[in-house]
Amino acid sequence: MKKTLGAVAAAAAIAISLSACGGSAPASTEAKGEINYWLWDANQLPAYQQCANDFTKANPDIKVKITQRGWDDYWTTLTNGFVAGTAPDVFTNHLSKYPEYAAKKQLLSLDEAVAKDGIKLESYTKGLPELWVGSDGKRYGLPKDWDTVGLFYNKAMTDSAGLTAEQMANLDWNPQDGGSYEKAIAHLTVDKNGVRGDEAGFDKNNVAVYGLGLAGSGSGQGQTEWSFLSATTGWSATDKNPWGTKFNYDDPKFQETIAWWAGLTEKGYMPKLETTVGASLADNFGAGKAAINTTGDWLIGQYKSYKGVKTAFAPTPKGPEGKRASMFNGLADSVWAGTKNPAASVKWVEYLASTACQDVVASKAVVFPALTSSSEKAAEAFKAKGTDVSAFTTHVKEGTTFLFPIADKAAKVDGIMKPAMDAVLSGKKPASSLTEANDQVNALFK
Amino acid sequence: MTTTTARGAVPARKATGTGTGTGNAAPRRRRRPRSDLKVALFFIAPALLGFVAFYLVPSIRGVYLSFTEYSVLGDPTWIGTKNYTAIFADDLFWNAMAVTVQYVALNIGFQTVIALGLALLMHNVAKSTFIRGALLLPFLVANVIVALLWFWMLDYQLGIVNEIINWMGLPRIAFFGSEQWAIPTIAGVNVWRHMGYTALLIFAGLQSIPNHVYEVASLDGASPTRTFWSITMPLLRPVLVLVLVVTVIGSFQVFDTVAVTTGGGPINASRVIQMYIYQKAFGESDFGYASALSVILFVILALVAFVQMKFLKGNESDLD
Repeated sequence: MKKTLGAVAAAAAIAISLSACGGSAPASTEAKGEINYWLWDANQLPAYQQCANDFTKANPDIKVKITQRGWDDYWTTLTNGFVAGTAPDVFTNHLSKYPEYAAKKQLLSLDEAVAKDGIKLESYTKGLPELWVGSDGKRYGLPKDWDTVGLFYNKAMTDSAGLTAEQMANLDWNPQDGGSYEKAIAHLTVDKNGVRGDEAGFDKNNVAVYGLGLAGSGSGQGQTEWSFLSATTGWSATDKNPWGTKFNYDDPKFQETIAWWAGLTEKGYMPKLETTVGASLADNFGAGKAAINTTGDWLIGQYKSYKGVKTAFAPTPKGPEGKRASMFNGLADSVWAGTKNPAASVKWVEYLASTACQDVVASKAVVFPALTSSSEKAAEAFKAKGTDVSAFTTHVKEGTTFLFPIADKAAKVDGIMKPAMDAVLSGKKPASSLTEANDQVNALFK
Repeated sequence: MTTTTARGAVPARKATGTGTGTGNAAPRRRRRPRSDLKVALFFIAPALLGFVAFYLVPSIRGVYLSFTEYSVLGDPTWIGTKNYTAIFADDLFWNAMAVTVQYVALNIGFQTVIALGLALLMHNVAKSTFIRGALLLPFLVANVIVALLWFWMLDYQLGIVNEIINWMGLPRIAFFGSEQWAIPTIAGVNVWRHMGYTALLIFAGLQSIPNHVYEVASLDGASPTRTFWSITMPLLRPVLVLVLVVTVIGSFQVFDTVAVTTGGGPINASRVIQMYIYQKAFGESDFGYASALSVILFVILALVAFVQMKFLKGNESDLD
């Protein structure tokens, strides 16, 4: 027995003294070698592969290896990579994730490079470069692209409902009766017997086509689900953005918005939350089960690809004060602090943020690059493909965007808000229950 | 072991299940000097190394981490028992425990009864190797694949099961989407996957029951039901206990099926303890808290195994 105890103690000593030791090899100052680059959107892979090829042509000493991973795997693999010392040198970063990485000193500050290489931050779409300045005042990413939210609707369905494109582009909304937005949703909802949602005898338990599709409860941000509505009431998620420390989910303006939205399910205009588990919002749209989807411009390509479905786009509805709103989310490329090749990595990030690469991305018409000039080229490329993207660009032109809420502890906030929002949307709890969730969220920052 | 005499009466039967240990072989072998220790250590070394490197060290490190605040990036800071006190005040932890217990009850209840039935069928009716093998098929498919397969088949809109339900004129069921159905559905999927394997274990136990006991019973004119309750069940008990201990522990650790289907939802309805640990650790980078949760799960499982062995007398046989 004594022996076993000894062994256990020895093992314990080993276990406790084990600590994560990052790459300690001397970092190369010369810009050459191979660098790894990660992104999650498969639709954008061809564009960036071409950027990488062009980059290597111009800098024959540097090779870029691109790896694409789906969103869910991306972040856990990345975190594991930070710990194990196998993270990519450069990777696509997200606003909801970078604050934690910056706080944990996993990102290389790019201020020096920006100053030295004279990168003109004003040539990016307004507001984007500032998003990537951390709470410590350092810059952790160079803007890559931006997105806004819009209404994606089935043209054949609006035609047969007698709704013109003009009408769809000029919907208004308020949290009390939902305005013409709710009227349109109700009219587009059709039950099994062909009765519309706003007609007598509508059977809300046997709906064939829902006026509005549902992806999920949207957790604490509701980027594509409800943020474009709640923002028109003057509500914002945090006391200040970025780096807010007090959340406002207890605000009546927010809770009214959510109550109205959840009420659509009760009225039979929107699917129940329980039916969305494992389902794809876009595929249900493609299958003709919903007339309108609210989602982001990065999905334009996918919605256009459904055979036999003509998808059109409209801007999000105007709010009580006559203004629209859309969350403005911007991605950026960041350099991992543990990279063995910082010089080459910074060079690649700068290239990704340059006109040369962003014009290539623009030409593929998948997303809107961050550079204003490239963004305009992307709009033209979309137009050439027969897609009118004014529904998405109007927010930028008219300044009706608001920023993605950037805050510390985003994962923990999400852990509280997702079940809370699910409970409200599934009708298990009233919208006022979000006050309690808000208290829990705010307690995280005390 | 005590089974040696009983086995002597039926020499033809191969030793399976309970009696395979060293007990029956040792007396026949010539005693060796104590220097066997070195040889023994030599043979044990590979397993011991693996055990220490992959089980003992990580476990102890886990226990240590449970007393720290640790986000993977950076060093752990010692915070004493704060994680544990926080856990006991954590509603989600208690919810996770309740959900897990509900899952285990459904999973083990159905699985054991069905497996016992299948084992009896294998033992008495289905003698063909093909049919016996076929019962094991679901177990040969990877867990995640099984989960995904059922996830699609039970899909609300497009799944074949809901198509059939709809065709019969009944309302569709959100198997993975509704709070009432999520855990029963997940338990059902895992019963389907594991019942063949569990049946095989019980079947091995059935084969170790000597035939002469049954012969005596039939001579005495015992009914099949009586034979089952008075002979099969008591003599099967050690194997059944072993099976229960193993399956209950496995059942408490359900994760993959939940992870690929509901992800813990709807709301908190299927957030089993392992899922909660995973979310805390890999979702919220709270490895200290997650380690503390794991330690609690470890203690619970150790207790469950102990209670089962103790009260169901799993280490004794009635074959005396």
